[in-house]
Amino acid sequence: MTVTELVSYEDALASYDPVMGLEVHVELGTKTKMFCGCSTELGADPNSQTCPTCLGMPGALPVVNAVGVESAIKIGLALNCEIAEWCRFARKNYFYPDMPKNFQTSQYDEPIAFNGYLDVQLEDGEVFRVEIERAHMEEDTGKSTHVGGATGRIHGASHSLLDYNRAGIPLIEIVTKPIEGAGERAPEVAKAYVAELRELIKALGVSEARMEMGQMRCDVNLSLRPNGTEKFGTRSETKNVNSLRSVERAVRYEVMRHAAVLSSGGTIVQETRHFHEEDGSTTAGRIKEEAEDYRYFPEPDLVPVAPSREWVEELRGTLPELPRVRRNRLREEWGISEHDMQSILNAGAVDLIVATVEAGADSAAARKWWMGELARRANEGGTELAAMPITPAQVARVAALVADGSLNDKLARQVIEGVLAGEGDPDAVVEKRGLKVVSDEGALGAAVDEAIAANAAIADKIRGGKVAAAGALVGAVMKTTRGQADAARVRELILQKLGVEG
Amino acid sequence: MPGITREEVAHLARLARLELKGEELDHFATQLDDIIGAVARVSEVADQDVPPTSHPLPLTNVMRPDTVRPSLTPEAALSGAPAQEQQRFKVPQILGEE
Amino acid sequence: MTTELIKLTAAEIAEKIAAGELTAVEVTEAHLARIEAVDEKVHAFLHVDREGALKQARAVDEKRARGEKLGPLAGVPLALKDIFTTEGIPTTVGSKILEGWIPPYDATLTKRLKDADVVILGKTNMDEFAMGSSTENSAYGPTGNPWDLTKIPGGSGGGSSAALASYEAPLAIGTDTGGSIRQPAAVTGTVGVKPTYGAVSRYGMVAFSSSLDQGGPCARTVLDAALLHEVIAGHDPLDSTSIDAPVPPVVEAARNGSVEGMRVGVVKQFRGEGYQAGVLQRFDESVELLRELGAEIVEVDCPSFDLALAAYYLIAPSECSSNLARFDGLRYGLRAGDDGTRSAEDVTALTREAGFGPEVKRRVMLGTYALSSGYYDAYYGSAQKVRTLITRDFEKAFEQVDVMVSPTTPTTAFAIGERADDPMAMYLADLCTIPTNLAGNAAMSLPCGLAPEDGLPVGLQIIAPAMKDDRLYKVGAAVEAAFTARWGHPLLEEAPAL
Ligand SMILES: [Mg+2]
Ligand SMILES: [Zn+2]
Repeated sequence: MTVTELVSYEDALASYDPVMGLEVHVELGTKTKMFCGCSTELGADPNSQTCPTCLGMPGALPVVNAVGVESAIKIGLALNCEIAEWCRFARKNYFYPDMPKNFQTSQYDEPIAFNGYLDVQLEDGEVFRVEIERAHMEEDTGKSTHVGGATGRIHGASHSLLDYNRAGIPLIEIVTKPIEGAGERAPEVAKAYVAELRELIKALGVSEARMEMGQMRCDVNLSLRPNGTEKFGTRSETKNVNSLRSVERAVRYEVMRHAAVLSSGGTIVQETRHFHEEDGSTTAGRIKEEAEDYRYFPEPDLVPVAPSREWVEELRGTLPELPRVRRNRLREEWGISEHDMQSILNAGAVDLIVATVEAGADSAAARKWWMGELARRANEGGTELAAMPITPAQVARVAALVADGSLNDKLARQVIEGVLAGEGDPDAVVEKRGLKVVSDEGALGAAVDEAIAANAAIADKIRGGKVAAAGALVGAVMKTTRGQADAARVRELILQKLGVEG
Repeated sequence: MPGITREEVAHLARLARLELKGEELDHFATQLDDIIGAVARVSEVADQDVPPTSHPLPLTNVMRPDTVRPSLTPEAALSGAPAQEQQRFKVPQILGEE
Repeated sequence: MTTELIKLTAAEIAEKIAAGELTAVEVTEAHLARIEAVDEKVHAFLHVDREGALKQARAVDEKRARGEKLGPLAGVPLALKDIFTTEGIPTTVGSKILEGWIPPYDATLTKRLKDADVVILGKTNMDEFAMGSSTENSAYGPTGNPWDLTKIPGGSGGGSSAALASYEAPLAIGTDTGGSIRQPAAVTGTVGVKPTYGAVSRYGMVAFSSSLDQGGPCARTVLDAALLHEVIAGHDPLDSTSIDAPVPPVVEAARNGSVEGMRVGVVKQFRGEGYQAGVLQRFDESVELLRELGAEIVEVDCPSFDLALAAYYLIAPSECSSNLARFDGLRYGLRAGDDGTRSAEDVTALTREAGFGPEVKRRVMLGTYALSSGYYDAYYGSAQKVRTLITRDFEKAFEQVDVMVSPTTPTTAFAIGERADDPMAMYLADLCTIPTNLAGNAAMSLPCGLAPEDGLPVGLQIIAPAMKDDRLYKVGAAVEAAFTARWGHPLLEEAPAL
């Protein structure tokens, strides 16, 4: 692991100013690959979605997927970019077993979209503008499985197995200009940028952008320069930082590491680094003996892409309300703070809450369930909220049952547990598990009388004015009704029967 | 034009993934030097204000609809593989990035 | 009887099969027998698909028996350059690195041939990855020129041209990146056409230099080439560089040869040092013939052609260095040095070292150099500018003339081994053919006599603007008819018997 003694974040920022560059790869949700008609459906048998083209077989040729280009233009427009009037694909030449042709068909000095920006909102409501250098089209690589090593890692493996189903799936690479002026908020800016980008991609409908599925992957470039200076320091490139939390941690870690190296008189090596989820650290990648020379040149098997201005304007007309604008609208409708909205965004819960409200819940209840019980369970299980096996309609039904007094919060949590366990809809779970608030006044009254009789001493205290002691009796009643009573009503009944004012 | 050295040839061979033998390095150094010397004439036009031609025909916007076409069967895809395992291409250990 | 049959043209064979005078099976058997008899000496074929050919032939005969309409080349045997993929049939591209590879798919051209009921006899020898002008760079040994087996049959498509000249097949397919259809045609006394770039699909044609490669027809007569051209040309959605427009009326042009009233350009740059005297003599006679046939001869100046060879030897190697990167021993073909301890990186380098021949390595290295950082602008970038200038020269010339003519190649067939160690000398063979590849327009080579000094065939090159491939056939047919009348027989009849 790392041998660097880190400098504290505060100390690092006292001397240095971070400059970041973020490169995000988004896997498009097209039906077919970028250059061939193979399906992109997930979960298929190994090498069952391959053809001569995506296997790089001799003689095979690429043809551009029109929806891939359309999606790239939409992303470019949403990022306020200029759209190239004429651009080409290029070949990026390097050997690697997961790349069947040993060159990646990508774009080089002629990206389809360039010179844009994305405004991101920080937790206190401040808007930070991230400048976009470019967004370009390229293709994904195959997947390797390493065999014979200790833990399926590449290191120490005896051989590797390659599945090319993913090879050729369209990617859009979005590259920021150097992000300056974020100061101590650099980690927050980085995370907010990626979160905002993800929302944007989802809103455009071009990808589900699920980071845990590798549909959105982030590389974090970071350098430090002494406060008050202009010239950029040497950067490190941390690859495959694949969750919002990790983006924030990776930036933070690299700030501390760079500061440690620099303040002890060392120099930063320009290198790729790997991020480790377990402890949020980064380690150096393999040192290459010589600098990469990708020998880019225009892809002769493809012809230039020259999107007509009519097409571009037509696509501009189809852009949805931008997520940030929409969120501000929702924030006002829901009457919540910037901070709360940011948490909802980070949790990936905006659309879920909107859908739950649309299914009839009030917004406070929808937020409460998604950001409380469900977020907690998602966190424990290490999955995204959207991947939880419960629908907004089901959450709305739980909220409705609570609202009409059929369930209390405790029971509602059990209903949710049942839905997640696959026991069916909320009503079915209530039915099967017998989860109903006991609202039969007669039965409840009898349980209260029973509790008073069994706890005469406590009852006397209450009669004597110690109202707080009522809790013990409520507990006793809840116990006999196995939690299915409305606690507030029980308390009312106890006080009423003992002739005390609540 | 500067002559092409043996070291340069070795560097090119690494980029091109060719395990050239010692005598090949020398041989290629001489031959590449000859050829480069002869073709370097193209740089006579380097300053001319002409656009480069990468495609002989002025085609643009050739695209296909996003419609699935049948893939090869995995058996056909793997039919030429020098080695395979679990319906995947089996390759020697990969050095490099995780 | 058999001798007669193999000397028939493709047009004649198709006609006789359609009329029931011959069966496709007997035609195929006759050619298979010829291959059996002479190919040990010629070595035009790398793989003969006897079973497949006979099966195709039987299908044609059955079709006819059922009264179905037959295509214009139904039942005619063809020799396919081993650069097009053929499902279930080995495809080696003349290289050790693909030895034993059986493609799981057909090239579009292969499919079109099958759909047209053309009988594919087998795969022909070629310079490895189409890099060469002599077929000596084949990993499977050289091919002999049927005129003189100690001479080269041209390259890279020497197997296809030799198959035609030795009557092993009446039709063949070639590919032309810098002259690989036309130069072999010239030195074997046959006809070869490089269609306009994009006319014939490249899908399934193993790439050498993507922006230059073009498949095309090879035959013994201009009409046969036209008939084959019509079968293989046309739009292919699997090739992004394929032309989406109707195929020019090449067969009609070939049936109506004429140069009456045409303006024919003679390129100033295509003569001088390095041109064999007998080649220039036959060329000058051809120009005279064109004048006699009613053409107006105009001298055209194309100054940038002087840079064509240099530009070509930067562009083609650059593209090939990238196109050939996929041959890494991991997914198909040869794998060398995998002893269980070496890395993928090392195994790839060892595989490529063992699998590629010297010319391929030389060009891969050259292309790697031309594209590498620091050299790109001076070499690759400048070469692409030269390409623009050459295209402009052509455009200017075609404002003055309808077609241009030149010798196809500066010399007749040289001896096997003569230029093997001198790459630069070898590259000169393509001096006259390369400008057309760089600009993407169409050209043909057809026989125009024998050089007096060595008695070997000389080729006349006709060049047409892009998409005007029909002009090649119109002029070619007229020249062919006039020469045949003058000689009293097709030139090939003068070749010594094998
Ligand atoms: Mg990229
Ligand atoms: Zn595919």
